Amino acid sequence: MTAPAISLKDVDISYGDTKVVRDVTFDVAEGESFALVGESGSGKSTVLKAIAGLAPQWTGAISVLGKPRGHGPDRAFSETCQMVFQDPYASLHPRKTIDTVLSEPLAIHGIGKRSEKVLEMLAAVGLDRRFRFRFPHQLSGGQRQRVAIARALMLEPKVMLLDEPTSALDVSVQAEILNLLKRLRREQGLTYLMVTHNLPVVSFMCDRMAVMNKGRIVEIAPKTALYDGSFADPYTRDLYAASGGNPDAPAPLAASDS
Amino acid sequence: MIDQQAPLLEVENLRVSFATPTGPVEVVKGLSFNLGREERLGIVGESGSGKSMTGRAILRLIRAPGRQTADVLRFDGLDLAAQSARQMRGIRGARISMIMQDPKFSLNPVMTIGEQIAEALKVHERLPRRDLQARVIEMLTSVRINDPERVAQMYPHEVSGGMGQRVMIAMMLIPRPQLLIADEPTSALDVSVQAQVLDLIEELVTGNGMGLILISHDLNLVARYCDRILVMNAGRVVESCAAADLHKAQHPYTQGLLAAQPRMQETRDELPVLDRTAGEST
Repeated sequence: MTAPAISLKDVDISYGDTKVVRDVTFDVAEGESFALVGESGSGKSTVLKAIAGLAPQWTGAISVLGKPRGHGPDRAFSETCQMVFQDPYASLHPRKTIDTVLSEPLAIHGIGKRSEKVLEMLAAVGLDRRFRFRFPHQLSGGQRQRVAIARALMLEPKVMLLDEPTSALDVSVQAEILNLLKRLRREQGLTYLMVTHNLPVVSFMCDRMAVMNKGRIVEIAPKTALYDGSFADPYTRDLYAASGGNPDAPAPLAASDS
Repeated sequence: MIDQQAPLLEVENLRVSFATPTGPVEVVKGLSFNLGREERLGIVGESGSGKSMTGRAILRLIRAPGRQTADVLRFDGLDLAAQSARQMRGIRGARISMIMQDPKFSLNPVMTIGEQIAEALKVHERLPRRDLQARVIEMLTSVRINDPERVAQMYPHEVSGGMGQRVMIAMMLIPRPQLLIADEPTSALDVSVQAQVLDLIEELVTGNGMGLILISHDLNLVARYCDRILVMNAGRVVESCAAADLHKAQHPYTQGLLAAQPRMQETRDELPVLDRTAGEST
């Protein structure tokens, strides 16, 4: 057994005097795809931010690929773990070309052959090379999210933190991005920790999920629980019902009436 | 007298175009549909399919340089295209109202929630201040806001997204319109709140005998809350069907949209993607 890719133990996170996440403990195995599910304000994005070093006020222990994580930004850490943000309209610098955006992580880490690597990565995320010198406003939402994923992959990380990567996109574009993420994980052996509130996306992308409510993990369940709604916690069952349940399930569900 | 059997809204050959340096671009290309009284119609499509523009065109809210034309645009026996700007203002809100997508951007940040809702009513009706206040509180209660007196004193930034959208619904329904157009009313909200807001809209619409046009990109959501569905792509209706028959959809575009959605019990290794080169969508 190797060390888990991501391991959190008794993690509490606060912003100022407000504690927003309490007692979070979970392990993500290497190569696994793990989801954090919950509604807005449940603290799921905060957990990602703490792992990425963007929410430094935490206590407990976080380790990534066996190495304990410090509280601030960490150059060695960013080579193994990268984050993709929710809104592709907000996460790309509006006045930098795609080429600049993608070369920047290489420049910071002193890695050569930048031009080749940029072209390689554009091809990997399914973007034509003519997009290389364009600005973000010249791309559609789906294309921008591809750029954001490419930027995260530039340093060849092993662990990806995905914060609602498709919630700002159309259904058909969402399908393209989800396929892309799935393919990249298969090809590069990545570990995903994905935040989402969309349960069907979890069913497609992830192996296990942790359900969060009011800053705590209420349940960790395998994705098969989504097939029949066999959740132990009442909050999770409510969330499942609000998402429409599973229309393909044989048993009748109390989803549409209420 | 107005015929009670006539549809509430008749639209025939609706076109919306915008001038660009390379000539006019049509975003709605000859749309025709009827909406019955108390019918709930869903309009589904991707970004850029013209679904929101259709909603706006019904209220004649297409701003210059955009242009809209229609052979027939009749609401409750009234020719909307022939109304003056002043008459249109009397119709908007009072008889047809529209719920916008994001409560964060649609509510006035420097007015309390109570004042904003009261304003919606004051524009169309003259009421003593006491009655006005009572109606606002009553409306906030009917959108299931606890402690409406306190919420009426609050500013939009002090309430959550779900609550903001309920405030919007209250504001749109307080003049008791006959037709409600809801343009992606829940896309800015959480799943759990989404269901509550839509249940609320459904309840208020059926309870008051209103017509509803629900515009959304989420096929399953629309199928759950509407009677009939129009699927739009690139400014045209590609398919129109009863909500219950959505899974029997014939058009490849509709089938593509349905298939692209992940399911709760996902067994496919890869999601099918729409072939954009085949359709006329760009």
